[in-house]
Amino acid sequence: MPPLGFTLQAFTNLGFWSGVLVVAGIYAVVALGLQLNVGYTGILNFGQAAFMAVGGYSMAILVLEGGLSFWLALPAAVLITMAFGVLVGLPSLRLRADYFAIVTLAMAEVVRLAAQNARDLTGGTKGLYCEFEGVNQTCFDDSWKSVSGWILDRFESFWSDPEPLLPLLIVIWATVALGLVVLRRLQGTPWGRVLRAIREDEDAARALGKNTVLHKLQSLAISAVLGAFAGFFLALFLATIHPDDYQPIVTFFAFGVLVLGGLASYSGVVVGAILLWTLLEGTRFVELPISEEKTAALRFAIVGAVLIGLMAFRPQGLFGKREEMVLGRGGPR
Amino acid sequence: MGSEEPSHGEALRSLLGDRPALAAFGVVALIVLVLIAAEGLHDVAQTSLNGLTLGTIYALGAVGLTLVYGILKLVNFAQGDFLTFGAYMAYLVNVTWGMPLFAAIFFAMATTALLGLLSERLMWRPMRGKGAGLLQLLLMSIGLAFVIRSGIQWFWGSEIRTLDVNITDSVTFLGLRIGETELMVVVVGLLVLFAVGLVVRFSLLGKRMRALSDSLDLAETAGIDTRRVILFTWLFAGALAGLAGVLSGALTNLRPELGFELLLPIFAAVILGGIGNPFGALSAGLVLGMAIEWSTLVVEPHWKVTFGFVALIIALIVRPKGIFGQAKAV
Repeated sequence: MPPLGFTLQAFTNLGFWSGVLVVAGIYAVVALGLQLNVGYTGILNFGQAAFMAVGGYSMAILVLEGGLSFWLALPAAVLITMAFGVLVGLPSLRLRADYFAIVTLAMAEVVRLAAQNARDLTGGTKGLYCEFEGVNQTCFDDSWKSVSGWILDRFESFWSDPEPLLPLLIVIWATVALGLVVLRRLQGTPWGRVLRAIREDEDAARALGKNTVLHKLQSLAISAVLGAFAGFFLALFLATIHPDDYQPIVTFFAFGVLVLGGLASYSGVVVGAILLWTLLEGTRFVELPISEEKTAALRFAIVGAVLIGLMAFRPQGLFGKREEMVLGRGGPR
Repeated sequence: MGSEEPSHGEALRSLLGDRPALAAFGVVALIVLVLIAAEGLHDVAQTSLNGLTLGTIYALGAVGLTLVYGILKLVNFAQGDFLTFGAYMAYLVNVTWGMPLFAAIFFAMATTALLGLLSERLMWRPMRGKGAGLLQLLLMSIGLAFVIRSGIQWFWGSEIRTLDVNITDSVTFLGLRIGETELMVVVVGLLVLFAVGLVVRFSLLGKRMRALSDSLDLAETAGIDTRRVILFTWLFAGALAGLAGVLSGALTNLRPELGFELLLPIFAAVILGGIGNPFGALSAGLVLGMAIEWSTLVVEPHWKVTFGFVALIIALIVRPKGIFGQAKAV
C-alpha cells in the first residue's frame, strides 16, 4: 500500500452503505426529537442519550426479566421513556436555557452510571443481551430476528445474497419518514405555533395565556419517544445494550447532525444525518496510513471542526433559515 | 396555604431566602453531625480529608469556569478538556523530559493559560463581535472540546498514563492518613486558590472583573479596557484549569476523558456557588468534593460519582440561583 493510499472500493460496497444508512437513520430519529426541542421550542435538551438508554434498557429488561413478549415490551418501553421525560422535564423546564442544558446532561450521566452500577438489573458493564435457563436461551431480539429473517426470505426469490441489514434499514427509515411527516404536520397546527412562540419569546407567549411549561413538557415527551425508538434501533443493530453506547457523545453527535442540517428544518436533519455519517464512516474505510486509534481521534476532530466551523460561519446550517437562529441571542437574559 | 399565620414552609423559605449560605452551612453541619453519630468521628474525618483532595480540584476548575461564565455568559464545555490538556502538558515535562513535578506544574499552567488566550482570540472574541447566541457558543465550545480531546488522543493515544509521583508514602497525624501526593495536591491547590482569591478580592483587576461580571456594557462605558480584563480572565481560567488537570492526573492517572469526567461536578460547583462568584465556586467545590466522599459512608463507593450528579440536579431544581448567587442570576 502506498503511503496515503486511498481505496475508494468501500464506496461501491453495499455493506458499507447499509451500515452508514443504519447509523445515519438512528441519528436522524434522535435528531428529529432534538429539532423539535431545540429548533422549534427553544429548549436545549442535552439528555437525548438518556432517553435512548431508558428506551433500550426498559425494552430489554421487560423481555429478559419480565418475560414480556418483544412486541408488548416495545410500547411499554415507549410509555416508560415518555413518563421519564415528563419526570425530568417537570422540575427542570422552569430553569433558564443554560441550566436546563446542564441539568439534562447531568441527568443523562446519572442514567448511564446507574445502568453501569445497577448490575443485577442491567448487567452492569457486561451489558444485556441474552438470558440462559439451562439449555434455553432467550435474547431480547429473538422476535425481531425471526421477522428480519422472514423479510430476507421474501427478497431471496429475486436477490441471491440479500444484505442482512436490509430489514432493519427499512424499519428505521420508515420510522424516519413517519416522524418527518407527523412532526411537520404538528408544526403547522396551533400547538406547533405556540412552540415557536415560546422559542421566540417565552414571556410573551405566557402573557398571551399559553401554558408554556405544559407545551415545553409535551415537546420534551415527544422527543423522549423518538429517543426511545432510536434506543430500540441501536439495540437491534448492535445486538446488545451496553452503558458505553449511551455516552454524552451520542447527544453531541446528534447536535452535530442537527446543526449541519440546520435549525428549524426537519428535512435538514435527514440530510445532516446522512452527510455526517458518510463523512465519519468514510474515514474508516479510506485507507490512511494511521492506526485505528488515530482514525477514532480523527472522527472526533471532524465532528468538532464541523461544529466550530458551522457555528462560526453558517450557524443556520445547510437548510436552516438565519432568522430562526434566534435562540439565546445576546446571552441568557 | 393559610394567610393568617406563616406556615413552617414559609418560615423556612424566608430563612433560606435571607441567608442561603448560612442555611446551606447549617444543612452541611447537620449532615456531618448525623454522619459522626452514625459512623464515628474518625471515618467522617478521614473521608472529609479524602474529599478535600477531590474538592480542591473541583474548586480550581470551578473558579476559572465561573469567572468566564460570569463575564462572558459562555457555558464553556471545553473547560474539562482544558484540564486534560494541562495534565498531558505536565506529562510531557515530567515524564517525557524527566523534569521535576513542579516544573511540570508551571509548564502546564502556562500552556493551558495560552490555550485559553488563544481560544478567546480566535473564537470567542470574533463570535461576540457577531452577536452569537447561547446555543451557538455552547455548541462551539463542544466542538473545541472535541478538537482538544482528539488532538490529545492523536498524540498520546488512549492508554492510561501516570505522572512520576510518589503514590506509596503517606503521612499520618491524629490517626488520619493522607498520601504524600494528596497532601501536595491540597497544599498547592489551596495556596493557589488563596492567591487568586486575594487578586480577585483586593486588586484593581479583580474589581474590574467583578464590574464586567455585573454588566459588560456598563463596564465598557465606565472606561474599563474590557478586552484586557477578558484576556486576564482567560489567563486565570486557563492556568487554574491546567493546574487542576495536573493535580487530578497526579492523584489518579491520565486518559483523554480525564477532564470531561470532571466537567459536570465542576459545573455543579459553579452553579451551587452562584454563577460569576469565585468564592462561591471555591467553597461549593470543596464541599461537593467532601460530600461525594461522605456518600461512600452510606452507599457503595461505585455510586459516588452518580451521587455528585444527583446533588447537582437537586441543587439546581431547589435553588437555581445557587447558594451564594444573587436573585438577578436567575
